[in-house]
Amino acid sequence: MRRFGGPRMKFGILQFPGSCDEIDALHAARRVADAELLWHGDSDLKGADAIVVPGGFSYGDYLRAGAIARFSPVMESVIEFANAGGPVLGICNGFQVLCEARLLPGALLPNANLRFTFRQVALDVVDGETAFTSACVKGARLSIPAKHSWGRYYANEDTLARMRARGQVVLRYARGENFNGSSDDIAGVRNERGNVFGLMPHPEHAVDELSGSTDGLCLFASMRRTVEDRAACA
Amino acid sequence: MPDSATLPGLEDALALGLTAAEYGLICEKQGDAVGRAPNQVELAMYSLLWSEHCAYKHSKKLLRTLPTEGPHVVMGPGENAGAVDVGDGIVCAFKVESHNHPSAVEPFQGAATGVGGILRDIFAIGARPAAVLDSLRFGEPFDGDDAQRGARSRYLLERAVAGIGHYGNSIGVPTIGGELYFEAPYEQNCLVNAMALGFAERDRLVTSAAVGVGNAVVLFGASTGRDGIGGASVLASAELGADDDKRPTVQVGDPFEEKKLMECSLELLQRGLIVSLQDLGAAGLTSSASEMASKGEVGIDIDVAKVPLREPDMEPFEIMVSESQERMLCVVEPPDVDAVLELCRKWEVGGAAIGAVTDTGAMRIFSGERLVGEMPVRALVDDCPLYDLEPVKPTRTPYPAPKALLSQNIPPSQTLLALLSCPNIASRRPLFEQYDAIVQSRTVRRPEQADAAVLAIRPLGTHARAADGGEVLDGAIPAVAVSIDCNGRRVAADPYTGTVAAVLECASNLACAGAAPLGTTNNLNFANPEKPHIAWQLTEAVRGLGDACRALGAPIVGGNVSLYNESAPPHGPIYPTPVIGMVGALPDARHAGRLGFARAGDAVAIVGPFAPSLLASELAKLCGGELPDGLPAIDVPAVAAAQAAIRDAVRAGAISSAHDIAEGGLAVALAECCLGGGIGARVRVEAGFFGAEAARATGRGEIWSGTSPAAAATLFGEGSGAFVVSGGEDALRALAQRTTVRIVGTVGGETLLIDTGADEAAIELELGELRHAHGALAGLFA
Repeated sequence: MRRFGGPRMKFGILQFPGSCDEIDALHAARRVADAELLWHGDSDLKGADAIVVPGGFSYGDYLRAGAIARFSPVMESVIEFANAGGPVLGICNGFQVLCEARLLPGALLPNANLRFTFRQVALDVVDGETAFTSACVKGARLSIPAKHSWGRYYANEDTLARMRARGQVVLRYARGENFNGSSDDIAGVRNERGNVFGLMPHPEHAVDELSGSTDGLCLFASMRRTVEDRAACA
Repeated sequence: MPDSATLPGLEDALALGLTAAEYGLICEKQGDAVGRAPNQVELAMYSLLWSEHCAYKHSKKLLRTLPTEGPHVVMGPGENAGAVDVGDGIVCAFKVESHNHPSAVEPFQGAATGVGGILRDIFAIGARPAAVLDSLRFGEPFDGDDAQRGARSRYLLERAVAGIGHYGNSIGVPTIGGELYFEAPYEQNCLVNAMALGFAERDRLVTSAAVGVGNAVVLFGASTGRDGIGGASVLASAELGADDDKRPTVQVGDPFEEKKLMECSLELLQRGLIVSLQDLGAAGLTSSASEMASKGEVGIDIDVAKVPLREPDMEPFEIMVSESQERMLCVVEPPDVDAVLELCRKWEVGGAAIGAVTDTGAMRIFSGERLVGEMPVRALVDDCPLYDLEPVKPTRTPYPAPKALLSQNIPPSQTLLALLSCPNIASRRPLFEQYDAIVQSRTVRRPEQADAAVLAIRPLGTHARAADGGEVLDGAIPAVAVSIDCNGRRVAADPYTGTVAAVLECASNLACAGAAPLGTTNNLNFANPEKPHIAWQLTEAVRGLGDACRALGAPIVGGNVSLYNESAPPHGPIYPTPVIGMVGALPDARHAGRLGFARAGDAVAIVGPFAPSLLASELAKLCGGELPDGLPAIDVPAVAAAQAAIRDAVRAGAISSAHDIAEGGLAVALAECCLGGGIGARVRVEAGFFGAEAARATGRGEIWSGTSPAAAATLFGEGSGAFVVSGGEDALRALAQRTTVRIVGTVGGETLLIDTGADEAAIELELGELRHAHGALAGLFA
């Protein structure tokens, strides 16, 4: 059990063969808390309080983005962790993995332009009170880079309607920024319970002034707040 | 003894690209060593190591004239990559390499494996690859008369860009910059050059020299197949015929395999498990093993039966010459072999001990117990004859005049829009948006933010952390800036001056970012050097390269040569294209420069010894101008002084923006500064503003762009060493102590207005019009 003034909360960052942004996520998480890498072949989460499934091309993504990674030993533990209410953030390939693992609704399809596209995008915070956005302001506009080939979020109309009704749409591309053709301009979604969240843009690449934006930091700060609030209440 | 029943003969040697004299020499060497002519395995290995690609037989003598030493050089030419000291015990490794001929045959895989190859060169010396840049040349993408010709160039471009992105994006190395030109002479011979750089702790660098008789030789990475057999001799060292079906000799890349190979290699080095390391590139095992043996002055035995194969029944010579990608060779002390193979298993890459270091001075190839080839290392690697070039300046240029696409008499505003939208100047955004420019968290300046890309040496955020964790320190963030450039048309007009200009252009780009040159890499892309006028281009270009690098204190730390880039008439030779890559140091990334105007009210100045000329300019090309015979000489010390002044002002944070004046001249540079900052400017530059310089250099007086020849040269003329700078007027005036400064206007508004004196508003264009023109390449990727 953690208390304020006790040891800092710890992020666990998954590392698959083919992960590319895991070190970036590690450095980003360390700006607000402790963080360590978790090897794909090891099912031990090493006491992490929150999990980040990072970007990249896990196992080469040759079958379908994220399709193989969901079966790795570490993901079995992450699924257990999520089912027990632990906070899990999936970024880009990590979002794809969480959808493949059915921890999040919907799927990611090839971009509408059928090309890998890298672009700094503006995101609107639809809900500023989730476990992942509580340190952001509702309605705030975040400048965060996106870079992917398979980033077109898709869910069928019934699912979308249900997600909207339950407040599962957390981030949307601002007007004119939805370059990949995502349904309903959705950039980031959470599960029903609210402890699993995935987004295609890369908040870990918007945590330093020199990169042009620090708007991604609030997502990591929100996760820390969530963990610490829970510890304080427990 | 090797089986000598059916020895190949002269005909086989010729088919493998050797000359009769070279074959004779090889027979002599083999006769002395083993008492007979070379067998199949040996001849295959000689033909590769004695190819132009491996032996540099037409360029080595010239390359020896280049400056390769300097205070920052840690590793010079001859290793897998060069390296310069960037302070704090860290080195920056970098190199550029070509993959031209494979890309002309199969552009996606050709470009992808080009990136894979250059990345392996970086981690082969123990550095973690941190960035890729690319340099591309294609034929004209829009060819009014012949839709099909343009279509082929567009196809090559699209697939090459996709291949570069596929590899770089998937492996987690950012592509942070590059350059692209379209010119008719590249139509049959496109150029795909890739540059990579990486960082390493200085005392962790590793060389490729095999050492320690009795040590094991371990091959790790992908298995070996029949792909790319003979690539070095067949593809890289001969002219491409129009109807050759060479697709089977193009290698196929797998970035996931390379990602694992890279992590495995770096962990092997970090744990001190290997003695020396070498990547397998052109000529596969043959070249890697022989060069490791040569550098270590030892022999190596290899048993091809121990090489993990992708397909059964491969002949020993096929295993030795296969160019299957994503493989490395290392030398390991026997007690460490198990640990090395264990680490290979962790990273899920194949690994096998396939041989040993010996004291025989020979490369000996076994297939199980059977000796199938034996060659003295020295004969293989060092004894290939080097040829003298026979340079003769041609009496007239071999390049036909480009098609005239623009009338010479349209108003300057229209001329500017035409230039902004022409393929060589239009925004490269449609390309660089296909590349991940930010992975690894070092990128401080992305494409189109500054003239050079800027990378922090340590990932962003790791500097700001004190040793006890968490406390933010307010210290400088050391960085490097990197640029790659070459305008082949200018080199074709004047190989010496054009090459000097290419080197200066890189240094100017670095200066605008605030960086000083540390070292240079180059890729000499030329046509057939056995032809006297091509030999002349090559000789003059290398002379210019050496002179410029010496003048700037930016020695050559590595490079590559790609010759025979030409096709039978009517296509002919490519423009001579000595691609220059330069790395510079920037003490604090927080002061990295920007190219875009930043603040309304800032003064605008033209800084540096600007001597604009329309000779070989982009405007001359659009107007169908023939290549001139020679370019105006460049005052290199004056340009270097201007660069130093700009660099220091950027580092001091004294100015708001800096952008060098290049293709399209002053008007295009001003437009780019406006677009970069999203703000307009009002500028007055009188025709003949640059006095005798412009008048003398105008050359083709008939280009007058609706005003006058002098005004056209002022607005659109090109020349080295001038910059558009914005900032406070006092700061700009202070630069005058070190270089020429002309305050010409003010930043502000939504319009670019250029007044030439004679013509109150020679150019008046809204930002939206500029942006629309500049976005012309979007259609190529629609």
